[in-house]
Amino acid sequence: MFYLIQLLNAVQYGLLLFLLSSGLTLIFGIMGVINLAHGSFYMIGAYLAYWLAKLTGSLWLAIPLGIVIAFGIGLLLETTLIRQLYKRDHLYQVLLTFGLILVFEELRSIFFGDEVHGVAVPAMLNYSIPLTDTLSYPVYRLFVTGVCLVIAAVLYFVIQRTRVGMMIRAGTSNREMAASLGVNTSLLFAFVFAAGMALAAFAGTIAAPISSVFPGMGNHILIICFVVVVIGGIGSINGAMIASLAIGLSDTVGKVVAAEYSAVVVYLVMAAILLWRPQGIANKA
Amino acid sequence: MPAITLPWWVLILVAFLLALFPIVGATFYVQLGAKIMIMAIFALSLDLLVGHAGLISLGHAAYFGVAAYTLASLSPKYEAANLWLTLPAAMITSALVALIIGFFVVRTAGVYFIMVTLAFAQMLYSIFHDTKLGGGSDGIYITVRPELGVFGVKPLDLESPVQFYYLALIFLILVYLFLDRLLHAPFGRALAGIRANEQRMRSIGFPVFGYKLAAFVLAGALAGLAGYLAACQFGFVNPDILAWHQSGIVLMMVILGGMGRLHGAVVGAFSYVMIQEVLSAPAVLGAYAKHWQLAMGSLIVVIVLALPHGIGGWIDVALRRRSYRHLDIDTETNP
Repeated sequence: MFYLIQLLNAVQYGLLLFLLSSGLTLIFGIMGVINLAHGSFYMIGAYLAYWLAKLTGSLWLAIPLGIVIAFGIGLLLETTLIRQLYKRDHLYQVLLTFGLILVFEELRSIFFGDEVHGVAVPAMLNYSIPLTDTLSYPVYRLFVTGVCLVIAAVLYFVIQRTRVGMMIRAGTSNREMAASLGVNTSLLFAFVFAAGMALAAFAGTIAAPISSVFPGMGNHILIICFVVVVIGGIGSINGAMIASLAIGLSDTVGKVVAAEYSAVVVYLVMAAILLWRPQGIANKA
Repeated sequence: MPAITLPWWVLILVAFLLALFPIVGATFYVQLGAKIMIMAIFALSLDLLVGHAGLISLGHAAYFGVAAYTLASLSPKYEAANLWLTLPAAMITSALVALIIGFFVVRTAGVYFIMVTLAFAQMLYSIFHDTKLGGGSDGIYITVRPELGVFGVKPLDLESPVQFYYLALIFLILVYLFLDRLLHAPFGRALAGIRANEQRMRSIGFPVFGYKLAAFVLAGALAGLAGYLAACQFGFVNPDILAWHQSGIVLMMVILGGMGRLHGAVVGAFSYVMIQEVLSAPAVLGAYAKHWQLAMGSLIVVIVLALPHGIGGWIDVALRRRSYRHLDIDTETNP
């Protein structure tokens, strides 16, 4: 039973990572931009959940509002700043988005302070399923797992079966060719960036009741998402899915086997993958 | 294209002015000056990778921090450690860590390299943060600064801010001269070739992997020198000195000064620390001084958009009345 709980936690964490890293990998795959501010949106989502839930009294209202706000901020950011970076070297993309992290982190400190805040689990999900006499599993975590699965399925459907998805796939494989065949790339880029930001913020929103909201929460998870993208291969949604679950599992295994060194396990997995397939598990050499 | 260097008389003049500074400067400014020179060494080490080898490392603080931790753990509790033993030990430790990490990261290129260097640096950060290896998240104090004694002769006393300043200055000049020689030597020319066209260098028979790894290890060792000096100055190490924030800042210094020029790293370190001092001074921004990162972040965004060659590029143009437009081609062809 102990192992079942750990497995469920691993899957839940992995799927949460997928929500973040799918946006990161798509933004890189299509626009060629490395976006360090991705983690900031996770944080923004979590703080929006905290603030809106307090304001409206319900997490159910906070989630859709948070998504809309994050999408709006993403759109604004893409049209004002990120757009300037498409033709620039990665170095400048790193620096500009690093600057954005500092800005978001300080704005967070000005508006919400530096304390850790808890977000209440909605009443209707606030109970646990008893597994044995002493162990039980919180329903909210199962809910998060379920929602992530639904989103992954929707994402898969959109990318594989719709017109927008076709443009996204075309953009990933050859940006210039897609543009010359009549894809409105500036609209597509703005949409993909904002959607990626909304996904990251959504991950932050639903994770808030589990992890609580705290300063710097976006930075740690950003680096783990980089690990996911490196393992999965840039631009590959399937790779991101496999890698997210693998990282979720290895993180959990690490916590169970070697608590102090658990953070290292994830990076060792990455090191092994780099030796075996430096281009990521989903990409052909 | 040879590495861009300033005319020798400018360098000698600057070194001379730096050497005279403690005579006129108050202790606070002497310490600030030493801090700037330490950061300049750190930025120089990163510029070797970013500006000359085309390797954008976002985890350079790891090697800085490892050396600082080496000094902290080698220092006896109530006595001074010997600089002649601990400094090489710290730099060798940093170089070894860079060798191990470099073995993995140098196989990747472009954006992968950025992400992977960041990830490995974060791994070291978690090790120092989560385990008792280096005092955990509280860090370690270095109560007594290292001494330079050889056979009973003590040329400099590092407890004195002025003498520490001169030590930092000496190391800055040594690192500068060393890198200047190195970049004009065949090794530096090969790095420039790899940066411009890696495929061509490989096809004419250069062991590209080896060259890049050597540059990575060397940059790690020099970052270790800076980290050692920083630990000496502050007398304290904690995991934050190898956090990725620090890696971002040093990258900013390199860009601010204009990458690919040795003096650029120095100008960048100076500008960054001075900007930070101004922004975080309550006299300038009042109550917002404690949120100086907001202004710094916005400034970084503006600089990236407005000054593509940094302050250093701007100075070059002013000094030589020459456009460095051709540098654009260099940076853009090598993602």
